[in-house]
Amino acid sequence: MKDFILPPKDDRDMGTPASRSLNMITLKIDGFDVTVPEGTSVMRASAEAGIQVPKLCATDSLEAFGSCRLCVVEIEGRRGTPASCTTPVSEGMVVQTQSSKVRKIRKGVMELYISDHPLDCLTCSANGDCELQDMAGAVGLRDVRYEAVDTHFQPRQNGEANPNYIPKDDSNPYFTYDPAKCIVCSRCVRACEEVQGTFALTITGSGFDSRVSAGAAGDDFMSSDCVSCGACVQACPTATLQEKSVIALGTPERSVITTCAYCGVGCSFKAELNGDQLVRMVPYKHGKANRGHSCVKGRFAYGYASHTDRIVNPMIRDRIEDPWREVSWEEALGFTATRLRAIQAKHGKHSIGGITSSRCTNEETYLVQKMIRAVFGNNNTDTCARVCHSPTGYGLRTTFGTSAGTQDFDSVEHTDVVIVIGANPTDAHPVFASRLKKRLRRGAKLIVIDPRRIDLVKSAHVAAAHHLPLRPGTNVAVLTSIAHVIVTEGLADEDFIRTRCDWSEFADYAEFASDPRHAPEATEMLTGVPAAELRAAARLFATGGNGSIYYGLGVTEHSQGSTTVMAIANLAMMTGNLGRPGVGVNPLRGQNNVQGACDMGSFPHELPGYRHVSDDATRAVFEQLWGVTIDAEPGLRIPNMLDAAVEGTFKGLYVQGEDILQSDPDTHHVAAGLAAMECVIVQDLFLNETANYAHVFLPGSTFLEKDGTFTNAERRINRVRRVMAPRNGLADWEVTQALANAMGAHWAYTHPAQIMDEIAATTPSFAGVSYEMLEEKGSVQWPCNEAAPEGTPIMHVDGFVRGRGRFITTEYVATEERTGPRFPLLLTTGRILSQYNVGAQTRRTDNAAWHPEDVLEIHPHDAELRGVKQDDWVRLASRAGETSLRAHLTDRVSPGVVYTTFHHPVTQANVITTDHSDWATNCPEYKVTAVQVALSNGPSEWQRDYAEHAERSRRILPAAE
Amino acid sequence: MTASPAKKLVKMANQIAIFFDTQPGDPATGIAHHINEFWEPRMREGLLDSSATTTEGLSPSVVKALAHIRRATQPA
Ligand code: SF4
Ligand code: SF4
Ligand code: SF4
Ligand code: FES
Repeated sequence: MKDFILPPKDDRDMGTPASRSLNMITLKIDGFDVTVPEGTSVMRASAEAGIQVPKLCATDSLEAFGSCRLCVVEIEGRRGTPASCTTPVSEGMVVQTQSSKVRKIRKGVMELYISDHPLDCLTCSANGDCELQDMAGAVGLRDVRYEAVDTHFQPRQNGEANPNYIPKDDSNPYFTYDPAKCIVCSRCVRACEEVQGTFALTITGSGFDSRVSAGAAGDDFMSSDCVSCGACVQACPTATLQEKSVIALGTPERSVITTCAYCGVGCSFKAELNGDQLVRMVPYKHGKANRGHSCVKGRFAYGYASHTDRIVNPMIRDRIEDPWREVSWEEALGFTATRLRAIQAKHGKHSIGGITSSRCTNEETYLVQKMIRAVFGNNNTDTCARVCHSPTGYGLRTTFGTSAGTQDFDSVEHTDVVIVIGANPTDAHPVFASRLKKRLRRGAKLIVIDPRRIDLVKSAHVAAAHHLPLRPGTNVAVLTSIAHVIVTEGLADEDFIRTRCDWSEFADYAEFASDPRHAPEATEMLTGVPAAELRAAARLFATGGNGSIYYGLGVTEHSQGSTTVMAIANLAMMTGNLGRPGVGVNPLRGQNNVQGACDMGSFPHELPGYRHVSDDATRAVFEQLWGVTIDAEPGLRIPNMLDAAVEGTFKGLYVQGEDILQSDPDTHHVAAGLAAMECVIVQDLFLNETANYAHVFLPGSTFLEKDGTFTNAERRINRVRRVMAPRNGLADWEVTQALANAMGAHWAYTHPAQIMDEIAATTPSFAGVSYEMLEEKGSVQWPCNEAAPEGTPIMHVDGFVRGRGRFITTEYVATEERTGPRFPLLLTTGRILSQYNVGAQTRRTDNAAWHPEDVLEIHPHDAELRGVKQDDWVRLASRAGETSLRAHLTDRVSPGVVYTTFHHPVTQANVITTDHSDWATNCPEYKVTAVQVALSNGPSEWQRDYAEHAERSRRILPAAE
Repeated sequence: MTASPAKKLVKMANQIAIFFDTQPGDPATGIAHHINEFWEPRMREGLLDSSATTTEGLSPSVVKALAHIRRATQPA
């Protein structure tokens, strides 16, 4: 099936959504023959023929509504003047869009609208970008014959306050609502429902009294359920809902298509600018991951790029106790190269390493690992994917043969039953969540497996068929019980297993899973999941049609993370849910380029394309091109680097765009490791927490300031395009190149396109990728090579990459992190919508309005036992450390479980997390920590010490004159 | 609560053993293969050296796997 796509540059509003029908219909519009899919509206068919029918309440991101009557047409043989947006085409139809009759109607409609609209077009913020203005022109409105007695826009009338006048709502930090300009087309209300799925807006009243209103009576946008996704702003045809940045800066005059640098959904955006001044980010309607939608982070939270905290000059210092000294690039790079080489001379080649960034581009990540392997001369490269999705790589490679998700995001439109496990898409992957909710509203069923009652379990017009609220750390037990039910009740898809998997391995697995000890009744005590509910969920998944599984860090960040991923893979195979749209195993990646960072050989045991360093043939490819010998032994992973540093055999670390001190578990241990090193180089936008221990700070650039590619959770390679010059002078790939050259390399890349060419030349799954092809196709999903020149939206279609799918025995093993009398509660961690990861970017934007601090969610019962009330300061202690934060009482968490986020450095939630990790990959066990909670009277001693230390280590000497 | 380096390696090896002990086939082979594939030489050396002194605390399958774990100097 090939999707029907308009030429990529065509951004016209076609009025109504495209029809997916394969049945074609031919009709005549204004004398032209037009052929369109059945179900297309007359309005859209006209647009396809290049004829724009005037419209106000219709837009192609929303279903037609038919309220404004501006789009009326005449159709031969039909009475009256039907609205073209709500009238579907039929064979042989003859349409007139410009008869004198419809022109007259349209003028009348516009006159009515305009008589109740302030005519301050010249000073209106939407001047030049207003559909009401455009339509007045399109229908040839020249005068308004009557003056309205009552209006909505005049604050005072007949000398008295106008009861119909509602002042502007400025409560949202990013956009305003000015009711005076509203034409009540309800596009905003429908966008909030259909596109975003939040249902925060309604039309109250009727007729002349109808108004758009956020939330309940008395609410403003900020106090309503609004999540500030901006879909309503984008849908609004007037200045009623308008970005504050446009009000401040004027309408943009040029645009560049690029990719969001926040989460793994990888939304495409049009960055709209005046000169090099970014005015707004608008989700790109031809973006294949987001289809024109976005969330508050991507659309609005870009202010960090110009934040005053940003460091734009390189800095060095001899000791971490010293203040920073601003120096030239040359001096900083010379200092670094000399130190790193001196360390290697004294402590050996393997005493230094580096960390690649999942926030940086593929090209940048590729260069960092190349520098480590070719210039440092070892394999001590790792990436923050270690702490999030490394088990996905291990688990899916073992079972299917590829370290990546199996589907594209469009696949969700074809699914019938969805399991969401250990993920909170409405907060962490909002645009995917909106697409999922849309499918759920149309009838798909949902099973949520999560310790918390996440928003998806119950929200406007969406409810989970089953929520299995398991105890943190028991994923494997729950998934194996689901397998037990499927196998013992004869619900497995034997045809699929026989043709696609290894039958004898399945037989072994079936025998294992059938054991009565895996029955839901037997595991109920352990997991806390009611057996009947689990059985019902298992039956639904096995028999409900296309079944898909989406999972997140709640799966991977456990001591059995890799085993859980394999249990998920088993479940998909045994139910035959692989290799077609609507099914599959879908890891929801955290950061924008986690997938890419893994693909590009960031891991210490793998060269780009997931090929082990001990493989002679693979090494030969790179050795020949790079002119060096590559170490055949795996290097150190992040936790191993820190261990080796504490032991004294690892002394130098180059960290690009990561904040391991804040994001990695067991902060005390990370700090000790960093403090033991002789040269820590941090390359970032801000003096992050890790930089407190750094000797060199190399300023980084934002995604707005460089060219490159990101690869999202569906393996889609998206272009990142430079919209403005780097404020620090160099893009990150240029900094890495300069450092490599300072250490003796002779690299001469002048554009990231050349780096991509090198990736394509060395990595089979990228063989067909180049900037030219991305320019032409917009984006492509790897593998993209001779066998799949168009890329691969869905994997394992005719067979698994590894040959036969492999079932793996998944025995539940309790984590060593257990509750006991001293630490009776289980802490699990997560993230929220408005903040991103360690928050370095989002905290420096107005998103702070939604999440000023991390709080501890605790069940009212547990709170009462401890005398804790809402908003009290509490001390949160584990075997690893303690911190303080405010309590939030909620029954979203079960008794015995507490929950927090880790967006703010003052909280230092990772002071609490332990050094337990996944058995296969060392991915830390963030999701389970035994803790105790008690009342406290403010920040802990560690937090005060830490704040003081951070302040001291951030001092910068005034520049010498 | 950070364990000593040798203890940490023992714990990691035991964790790997817990998985392979539940798999069909010989656990020792699986364990050794996994460690050879993912552990940097100094970690393998650390485990081999400390287990030369004592195998206390090591799971029996890890003890069996020791013979198949490559020394840093051994070619792959
Ligand atoms: S910003 Fe999004 S959530 Fe808020 S009202 Fe508009 S569409 Fe709804
Ligand atoms: S706010 Fe904008 S989109 Fe909503 S009804 Fe008014 S004019 Fe239409
Ligand atoms: S953060 Fe994620 S969902 Fe939000 S706009 Fe960016 S890529 Fe899209
Ligand atoms: S655009 Fe068709 S009725 Fe409004």
